[in-house]
Amino acid sequence: MRDLFRGELVRLTAEEPELRAKQEARWARDTEFHRLADSDAAQLYSDKKIKEWIEKNFEDGFKPDRYPFSIRTLDDDKLIGFLGLWLNLIHSEVWLGIGIGEREYWGKGYGTDAVKLCLRYAFMELGAQRVSLGVHEYNPRAFRAYEKAGFRLEGRTRKDIMREGTRTDSLWMGILREEWMQLQNGGQP
Amino acid sequence: MNDILSGTLVRLSAVDPDEFSKAFAVWQRDSEFMRLMDSNAARLGSQKDSQKSLEKELEEQQLHQHGFTIRTLAEDKLIGDIGLYVVNWSGRDAFVGLGIGERDSWGKGYGTDAMNLILRYAFMEVNLRRVTLTVFEYNPRAIRSYEKAGFRHEGRLRKLLHRDGKRYDELFMGVLRDEWMELTQ
Amino acid sequence: MFGIATQLFEGQDIRFGPIDYDKDPEIEAKWTHNAEFMRLYAVEPARPISAAVVKKQYEKLEKRMEEEKNFYHFMIRAKADDHLIGKAEIQRIEWTNSNGQIRLGIGLADDRCKGYGTEAMKLLLRFAFAELNLFRMSADVPEYNEGAMALLKKFGFVEEVRRRQALERDGRRWDLLVFGLLKDEWQSQASA
Repeated sequence: MRDLFRGELVRLTAEEPELRAKQEARWARDTEFHRLADSDAAQLYSDKKIKEWIEKNFEDGFKPDRYPFSIRTLDDDKLIGFLGLWLNLIHSEVWLGIGIGEREYWGKGYGTDAVKLCLRYAFMELGAQRVSLGVHEYNPRAFRAYEKAGFRLEGRTRKDIMREGTRTDSLWMGILREEWMQLQNGGQP
Repeated sequence: MNDILSGTLVRLSAVDPDEFSKAFAVWQRDSEFMRLMDSNAARLGSQKDSQKSLEKELEEQQLHQHGFTIRTLAEDKLIGDIGLYVVNWSGRDAFVGLGIGERDSWGKGYGTDAMNLILRYAFMEVNLRRVTLTVFEYNPRAIRSYEKAGFRHEGRLRKLLHRDGKRYDELFMGVLRDEWMELTQ
Repeated sequence: MFGIATQLFEGQDIRFGPIDYDKDPEIEAKWTHNAEFMRLYAVEPARPISAAVVKKQYEKLEKRMEEEKNFYHFMIRAKADDHLIGKAEIQRIEWTNSNGQIRLGIGLADDRCKGYGTEAMKLLLRFAFAELNLFRMSADVPEYNEGAMALLKKFGFVEEVRRRQALERDGRRWDLLVFGLLKDEWQSQASA
């Protein structure tokens, strides 16, 4: 049986709250990163506050609808980002949120590898019927990575983000179980 | 979209902590009912305790719990309860528990009707792929009713129950969504 | 367009009102026992709840509104006899992006073909655009809810996203559609 948490360039890990908080606080200082990854206003929180949130989320133990991971590179074991899965249990839909906080690792296939790994996990272990995500219109690099991994564009919510006085769309993508299965059997995305 | 909460003899309705705990306090005094339903030693509890724990349960609105009271369609009488308890989301399986506390309502098909309703709910609304139940070997009426509803025997925990100086098996039964859909076609 | 003299919460046959803790729990509890309504209004499994539990939910709702300040909940009442017809919400407001989501439900099937939905939608959208100053509103609709889709289209909502097979119900999968309406689109059809 394959190692579910190991890809070709990265592996998924669980990190201690203190280390996670420290990294996330650091990445938050890069507002370009924040604005590519999120839609809420950029903010700066202390390591302490972030650690509190991480620990609070875990207060009642594992939640059946939430799977948070950190991403480490295989070659130099560097903590480069995070990946979160949110499950709609009733409808077997998995939402994916991913961010590579370390800039030097952008555009080198690490993100794509993490996404592929997560798709395998979602379909083969979580029993998902589909995986969904949203991405900013102004983030073409991420969009291409998702397309390469097999996601299809399902539409755009028009002008739902406003930044720097400009209104942009959110793009919504999805991949169905059958589509992913076909890709594994040699189909093309 | 069809009314999935109504059957031919009964309907599934809300658990009201006050109403249900009052009824359960009465049913609990019937030790035959308790011994058919629960493998733990039959005991008596106050309505207040029962109500408190129910209120807490309902407040949390857990995704893995889907509980209902059973009411007759004819008289809208509260006769028991039935619920699904999801234990494995990956496998999409839940345990079902059924109890008809009103003795006069035994043997009239109410249990079977309630079970049919909960199975439809399990497969068509919670989107589960199988439903499991346990039943005691000394409850042949229930076993027959479950067989009619589509459950198949899957195994038994031998001599698990100890009552009246004798040991009895606990039976496991299960029904798959595919089987159920074929059955109800 | 509209001056401040125009009443935000008064329609022709309906009005928006706050929660009535005495009258509403019983009625809303009844709606939750109606699987047809629940399956149109929500994608979560239909769950009948008692009036006592509805009351507790109302308390939580008002607390959330007060604390989170990113959603608005209104009860829809008939003006004639003040009876509870349904509910309307503006949720998931993102203030920095000026967007939000609408949700509308009319509890009884009999109340559904009387134009109440249209009146409620008018009030809701005016509130969103002219009072909350939002720029765009979305609505999520399962593909089987033709009534909701018709109402949205009537107000100029555009189908923007088709989330394929996102829902499962009655043993099959359904698409979930996301509709959107921008402020200038609303403005032009509101003055028409």
